[in-house]
Amino acid sequence: MKFVEEFRDAELGRALAAEIRALARDGRTYKLMEVCGGHTHSIYRYGIDGLLPDAVELVHGPGCPVCVLPMGRVDDGIAIAREPNVIFTCFGDMLRIPGSHGSLLDAKAQGADVRMVYSPLDALAIARRNPEREVVFFAIGFETTAPSTALTLMRAKAERVANFSCMCNHVTIVPPLRALLDSPALEIDGFIGPGHVSTVVGARPFQFVPEDYSKPLVISGFEPLDVLQSIHMLLAQLADGRREVENQYARVVPWDGNPRALAVIAEVFALRPHFEWRGLGFISQSGLRLSDAYAELDAELRFSVPGIRVADPKACQCGEVLKGAIKPWECKVFGTSCTPERPIGTCMVSPEGACAAYYSYGRHAGRRDVAGGAAAAGGGVPAGGAAAAERPEVAV
Amino acid sequence: MSGATRQQRIVAIVQRTRARPARFRDERITMAHGAGGKASQSLIEGLLLPALRNDALAALGDAGTVAVDGVRLALSTDSFVVTPIRFPGGSIGELAVNGTVNDLAVSGARPLALTLSLVLEEGLPADELRAEIDAIALAARAAGVQVIAGDTKVVERGHADRMYACTTGVGVLDPRAELSTSALRPGDRILVSGAIGEHGMAIMLARDEFSLEADIRSDTRSLWPAVDALLDAAGAGVHCMRDATRGGVASALNELARASGVAALVRESEVPVQAAVAGACELLGIDPLYVANEGKLVAFVEPSRAHAALDALRAVPGCELAADIGEVLAEPPGMVLVDTAFGGRRVMDLLAGDPLPRIC
Amino acid sequence: MCLAIPGRVVEVVDDANQLAKVDVAGVRRTVNLALLDGDPHALLGSWVLIHVGFALSQIDEREALATLALLQEMGADYEQELRELRESAVE
Repeated sequence: MKFVEEFRDAELGRALAAEIRALARDGRTYKLMEVCGGHTHSIYRYGIDGLLPDAVELVHGPGCPVCVLPMGRVDDGIAIAREPNVIFTCFGDMLRIPGSHGSLLDAKAQGADVRMVYSPLDALAIARRNPEREVVFFAIGFETTAPSTALTLMRAKAERVANFSCMCNHVTIVPPLRALLDSPALEIDGFIGPGHVSTVVGARPFQFVPEDYSKPLVISGFEPLDVLQSIHMLLAQLADGRREVENQYARVVPWDGNPRALAVIAEVFALRPHFEWRGLGFISQSGLRLSDAYAELDAELRFSVPGIRVADPKACQCGEVLKGAIKPWECKVFGTSCTPERPIGTCMVSPEGACAAYYSYGRHAGRRDVAGGAAAAGGGVPAGGAAAAERPEVAV
Repeated sequence: MSGATRQQRIVAIVQRTRARPARFRDERITMAHGAGGKASQSLIEGLLLPALRNDALAALGDAGTVAVDGVRLALSTDSFVVTPIRFPGGSIGELAVNGTVNDLAVSGARPLALTLSLVLEEGLPADELRAEIDAIALAARAAGVQVIAGDTKVVERGHADRMYACTTGVGVLDPRAELSTSALRPGDRILVSGAIGEHGMAIMLARDEFSLEADIRSDTRSLWPAVDALLDAAGAGVHCMRDATRGGVASALNELARASGVAALVRESEVPVQAAVAGACELLGIDPLYVANEGKLVAFVEPSRAHAALDALRAVPGCELAADIGEVLAEPPGMVLVDTAFGGRRVMDLLAGDPLPRIC
Repeated sequence: MCLAIPGRVVEVVDDANQLAKVDVAGVRRTVNLALLDGDPHALLGSWVLIHVGFALSQIDEREALATLALLQEMGADYEQELRELRESAVE
């Protein structure tokens, strides 16, 4: 796969890891946050954190638009799905996310017509094929996905597809990032910036991070070499005393973003005054709703939804995990009452959430900062090969 | 230091919880219970095993064994509920034959005979039924088994997705085989009989939910020739085999690591995957290791016989891409680890249900 | 929100609706190109980033090669260092 495999080269990865080690030798610890759930996934999928020196710690941010949906919104979606004539369409990511009484998958088991789609256009196609049914698309995602929903709604309006509507849960990236940076508990030295959101909004909107908060941000691709290179660039900035936005993902991300995508977002959506984020509370101007011109396609107006706010359980410490203040295993309910099968909060709810990722991928992955068990796993590295066996420990 | 201690304690708690038999606490059956992941495990360990209670079942092998007058027989059953019933590379009839044949084969039993039970949906066109019966006959001949008994039922329109098929098979345990789900030993090599993920992706594409076009065909076939070759080359050195059906290679490895109380370490770069399967998986955000196969087995072979076993396997038609994909470790018990192609390491846990396409 | 993959535009399917077939390692899907500049025919043969059935961006091959070149340079330096290290250890 072109533009993919070249950026998964293990040899180049070893070289980059060595460069990172060289930069992180000044005795201090570096805490770097990757904002985006896709980066969390890459980090775990490739075992990247195990390739980093102890001095570099990765903290997983709130960039998973699925996990940050409050339970009340999931309940609202399920309420619509339960309406007798509705075909409820959504992305695969949403199916297992629990509301206060079960997930969409559970609702399906109870008789709701819930269907997974790959693209919002597929949902529109279902509407065209089933004119006597009401087809609802549950839209989620940051600005990456919003343009696709927007174009779909524009098509639906132009073609007068009367039985199609959208329940909009799109969120924007800058407000939660700012909310995180404003939080006194935050101890992050630099940010691995979202790569695909940036293809839409560009690099420019992230300038506030170095300008207002004096922290570096590197927009990163998703292949393991991209992530490692971005980490290297962040450490280089910190070492040089620079604080700026850099674009590691230049092959895909234009500095000014995608004007057409931004235009369709502006036409079809409007900002909600505020939106609740699971684990982070209410954040102003962080959520999108359909604009007045598209009100007729708004599922929240077409159907009546409970609209009840469901607070996170008291035991939930997701907010602190999201800010990097505590690690997953430091949460009082991690692994005991909060597990991937029975999640309490957002960090465990989606596989990209920090806690779910740690539970499923990170344990026993050979991190050198855990004595005992992990050392045994690390000791199991066969002679043939993982990078660990060949890493030279050069004393400088 | 207390940080590290707490982390160790939590990891130990998680480990203990996972090692306990899964409990079945759901109020309703969902699709996840059929996917071969954690939900399926909770159904089997939490409901079926405690209720049916016997040693043969508790071994959780692909077939159950019973001895009659000194002859060891293996019995297995499987039901097939696939939609659409015809797909690139095969159909429900073929799956019904090969599925049970394979369960017997990987348990070390030469398949002898099958029974066939059909549940037909009212309104099913006769031509479609005819095509499936032909497919069953063909597959049975190819697998060297006879269908010796059967049953047919018809249910009302809307109740059987065109048709459901269930086969039960009997075979005689091969004297060369000394297999057990608890026989995995540290140092055992893990072999896979070919490229993975083909069946599951073929079905996903055939369902046309994602409008992907690709030349991906189900790999449904009898695994007896592969098993025969392995037993010939390595005999008692083959400690266990499993056909990697729903839940894929990852689930098979997880189940066996759990049953034997060992760990499995997979070297990702050694796992054979066809380019189109890899491409489709990338597009949908799915890991091929979790995708179902219908003609692939994993085998755990004593290191001294592994090379011979792999050579023998590669000589079997259809198994040319067979590979040594890793080894068994003593620790951590019940877990599957992956050394990624990039050089890092991760855990590969059972999924809750089916691998779902994602956009995040 | 983040899963997007590079694919090559291989066939125009619908000019008016800006739909084209995109190929990823032999797997093909119809993708909407309305978010990109230029009509679908002009994009034939180029590489685009696909997300939920839409092309979000065109891949800049020069930038890709530049990034790789930088990484390869680092890689070469590293291999050089390793060699020197091994050679020095022998003495």
